Amino acid sequence: MKKILIGSGAGYSGDRIEPAVELAEKGNINYLVFECLAERTIAIAQQAKLKDPNAGYDALLVDRFKAVLGICHRNKIKIITNMGAANAVAGAKKIREIAEELGLSGLKIAAVSGDDVLNVVRDGDYAIMETGEPLATIKDQLVSANAYLGAEPIVEALQNGADVVITGRVSDPALFMAPAIYEFGWSMDDWNTLGQATLLGHLLECAGQITGGYFADPGYKDVAGLARLGFPIAEVQEDGSFVVTKVPGSGGQVKLANCQEQMVYEIHDPKAYITPNVVADFSAVQMTEVGKDRVLISGGKGAPKTDFLKASIGYKDSFIGEGQISYAGPGAAARGQLALDIVAERLKLMGVDYQEIRFDLIGVNALHGPKLSAGHEPYEVRARVGGRTKNMREAVRIGNEVETLYTNGPAGGAGAWKSAREVVAMVSALVPRSLVSYSIQYEVL
Amino acid sequence: MKLREIAHSRTGDKGNISNISVIAYKPEEYSLLEKYVTAERVKEFFSDIVKGEVVRYTMPNIGALNFVMYNALGGGVTRTLALDIHGKSLSSSLMNMEIPDK
Repeated sequence: MKKILIGSGAGYSGDRIEPAVELAEKGNINYLVFECLAERTIAIAQQAKLKDPNAGYDALLVDRFKAVLGICHRNKIKIITNMGAANAVAGAKKIREIAEELGLSGLKIAAVSGDDVLNVVRDGDYAIMETGEPLATIKDQLVSANAYLGAEPIVEALQNGADVVITGRVSDPALFMAPAIYEFGWSMDDWNTLGQATLLGHLLECAGQITGGYFADPGYKDVAGLARLGFPIAEVQEDGSFVVTKVPGSGGQVKLANCQEQMVYEIHDPKAYITPNVVADFSAVQMTEVGKDRVLISGGKGAPKTDFLKASIGYKDSFIGEGQISYAGPGAAARGQLALDIVAERLKLMGVDYQEIRFDLIGVNALHGPKLSAGHEPYEVRARVGGRTKNMREAVRIGNEVETLYTNGPAGGAGAWKSAREVVAMVSALVPRSLVSYSIQYEVL
Repeated sequence: MKLREIAHSRTGDKGNISNISVIAYKPEEYSLLEKYVTAERVKEFFSDIVKGEVVRYTMPNIGALNFVMYNALGGGVTRTLALDIHGKSLSSSLMNMEIPDK
């Protein structure tokens, strides 16, 4: 029976590099997938592309491809990634350059475009999903709009013989579904199989989060070898069932509990996980440990896809100014609180114009507020003030009022730090599928 | 006892919505979760943090509950003023919830 092995080489844009090298060298994999595109990354990449038409792809693309491209070429492993960000075509050209530097030949690189729907949403009458407000309310602040494409363009590129497929925004699961759809010839309206394939992508897309990362809790959930965590491999069968595993000898673990946590990660209704290709249903999924670091997963189902694609929309939202300073020893919390009270009064006295403000004592209540944090006296605290403003000038003033606590605030203020930055934030809107089309460009060498 | 004794948990985020899984270590203890870890209790537990509704989905097939918490992340990862921009640490806090001893 035919079986394909898909490895997950990165779970986010800044992820570790060498686990993918381990997969390519020792994983016996057929496909290596890198999911590297967070929500906001594409908006920032879009701004970079406006300044330089050859920019706009992932910042670590060069490092990752230099690390794996030669090994993948030698071991006949195809690479699929969304590292194209705002400029997949430029990303593909850069990969070509790297291949030439490495002296590789017989390589076909596909660049998928078409996710950029900025003109579509500018011209249309769309609602912001998060607030229900018209998108027109932020029309002048828009930076980017990218629809989540499905698996179709990647499948087409593979059918055309691509060894490397680089995309911009596609649904994360689609990166993993596409090779299985291509290899097994699954129909694009076989909803149950596509639902199971979505589960495959959903479980692998965060890489180390299913092999023991984001899991350890000493004494309750111990995980060995997190400094050399192995990234996951799915051994996919023709019926869509798959075993999640990792390279023997690598760090981490693949147990039921890891897979269960990752299945529920970032889903809402388990019966309706909406993707561009299918509305997946995880309510009948079965997981079984079938060996050391081997979990068999089946039972994903699905219903027909919707007529809409979600678009992720970047806009210039505001500015954030922030300052921090530490206190330690007896009375540290009281001095930290005094520091916050002083800054609150100073911001008012100086007339700093902010729209939202937050005062935290790191080590006391910064993460969960007063109710959940009550009842302990720490040795050290870090006072933190963060405020939202309409311009950079006001944002800078917030951090300054924390820094001046050195000489004007409570005793023993230490390690002050400040920052001010512009915020490009993201909202979503549903765009009719019929208004979005893709194209593929190839680099051949 | 603390919820931590019988369950484990992971937090995810989508925009300003946080979701927290609560998963039984032993399948036979899932019924305790279903009985005692209600949407109402989770909303009360996070009353300082979660400003919107809390919806609970049951997943008996893997012994898990999924709590979807709206307006929970100060505007979401791309614009929040919070130190924990994703709300990643919320799951660990929920493990402190008291439930009746077995």
